[in-house]
Amino acid sequence: MTEAATPFRILPELTDRNRHFWQGGRDGQLVFLRCQDCGYYIHPPTPICPRDRSKNVAPEPVSGRAVVTSYTVNHHPWLPGVELPYVIGLVEMIEQAELRLTTNIVNCPPDSVHVGMDVRVVFEHHEDPNGDVWLPLFEPIGGAGVDS
Amino acid sequence: MSTRDDLVEKRCAISGVGQSDIGRRLGRDPLELTLDGCLAAVDDAGLTLADIDGVSTYPGPMGMPKGFTGAGAIEVMDALRLEVNWYDSGLETSGQLGSVMKACMAVGAGMANHVLCFRSVWEGSAQGSEGRASISTGGGSGKYYASGFQQWTLPFGSASAAGWVALYAQAHMDRYGTTPEQLAQIALNARRNAALNPNAIYRDPMSLDDYFNSRMISTPLRLFDCDVPCDGATAVIISRRERAVDLAKAPVYVEAMGAAMHDRPSWDQLRDPTRTVGADAAAQMWSRTSLTPADVDVAELYDGFSYLTMLWLEALGLCPVGESGPFVEGGHRIARDGVLPLNTNGGQLSGGRLHGYGFLHEACVQLRGEGGERQLATRPAVAAVAAGGGNTCGCLLLTNVA
Repeated sequence: MTEAATPFRILPELTDRNRHFWQGGRDGQLVFLRCQDCGYYIHPPTPICPRDRSKNVAPEPVSGRAVVTSYTVNHHPWLPGVELPYVIGLVEMIEQAELRLTTNIVNCPPDSVHVGMDVRVVFEHHEDPNGDVWLPLFEPIGGAGVDS
Repeated sequence: MSTRDDLVEKRCAISGVGQSDIGRRLGRDPLELTLDGCLAAVDDAGLTLADIDGVSTYPGPMGMPKGFTGAGAIEVMDALRLEVNWYDSGLETSGQLGSVMKACMAVGAGMANHVLCFRSVWEGSAQGSEGRASISTGGGSGKYYASGFQQWTLPFGSASAAGWVALYAQAHMDRYGTTPEQLAQIALNARRNAALNPNAIYRDPMSLDDYFNSRMISTPLRLFDCDVPCDGATAVIISRRERAVDLAKAPVYVEAMGAAMHDRPSWDQLRDPTRTVGADAAAQMWSRTSLTPADVDVAELYDGFSYLTMLWLEALGLCPVGESGPFVEGGHRIARDGVLPLNTNGGQLSGGRLHGYGFLHEACVQLRGEGGERQLATRPAVAAVAAGGGNTCGCLLLTNVA
């Protein structure tokens, strides 16, 4: 990310169940809850594995690499003080089919984003009195605007 | 029509329908609008309030988003001094029509004879000049944090269902080659039909150029792909079938209903973003009747966003999966004189966001032949009604044939 002023964001409310996800970026890691018995990544996090009902679940980092499932270039000022347009992406982690995040695709021209694009996580750090948050955004692999 | 008389909906009929005044910003007490709609439906059925022994509504009382609900069940019950044997409201159901399905279950189970069902909105007035009412960002003086499902979308500026549905629409375009010109036909068709509906919000003609000149909200969805917030209430009476036959109006029969959700109850974790849980609900609906999609004479399909109507066409089997684009191309098939007249009152895109119940109301109007200027030339016998999108979907099959 550039050193420009941190953009306005509505931040997630941190809880014991989601802190690993929103603060994993402190160590540069995208962290999901994972079943330690069957290996299933659980999102959104639940205290029981939806696949085998094991309670033996723990946060684990993934590679941060993903593929764009879909995207939209948003032009409407839903929120105050946000630079337009911006790209909302739905990305699927390479580790597990249907393990998806809604996110922003950044560091490339909006019209260069396409379905099937290979992307990787980049974190946007937000200081907050209730606990810092690192939002996982995604950028093209191979640099700005470059297809991979 | 079905041979499955064991199904609860086969024991039910719609005996009355009603609406309040409908407007962009009426500035009226939302409870008053709600009661106007409810009383109109009771009157239409030829019933009295003493006959009403059940109440069902979606979603019930909610403070946010502003204007999303004009009144809950309890407010209506008390204001009308109803003595009920069963009542219910709730957001966690199969879309707006979930409230109607629950009423059918209550009647079919013998808990009530005449259930007043209603949906009331006042988003037009409630949002005023403050921006889109259905965007929840708190509004209090303290810092707002996203929690629950919103935590996964709002931090990324995906603040509205527009952003979620845009992702579905783009995925559909990418996979099936659906075009913006095809998507436009949903909005153009709605506007053509709204011109014949005196209660519709937007009735001036809309051209394809007008559509493409409307500002982009979130690609590929433009302003005219989004429904228009309004004020108004719609009500229907679900009655025991044998109690509906000798009332003021010919009954509309509930042939089948669909509430299923086999996919994940999530906006962004659906297994296939080109398919919503409407497909699950539709499959269940067709499993409960001997009728088939070929029997549908008119379709009243939710258009909170234009693309959701295309998804419903596919979900209900009214066109093959992936082919809603070619199906609506040019608008001929879905026009009032086409093979499948669609959203004959102007839908929510031009008629106003009455949130699901408007489609139910219009289906009954067409099945009864009471559409006036907008009545289809051949009175339909079977109507498909669908409401909701994403992970909150429900559908009904209605008929005027006993």
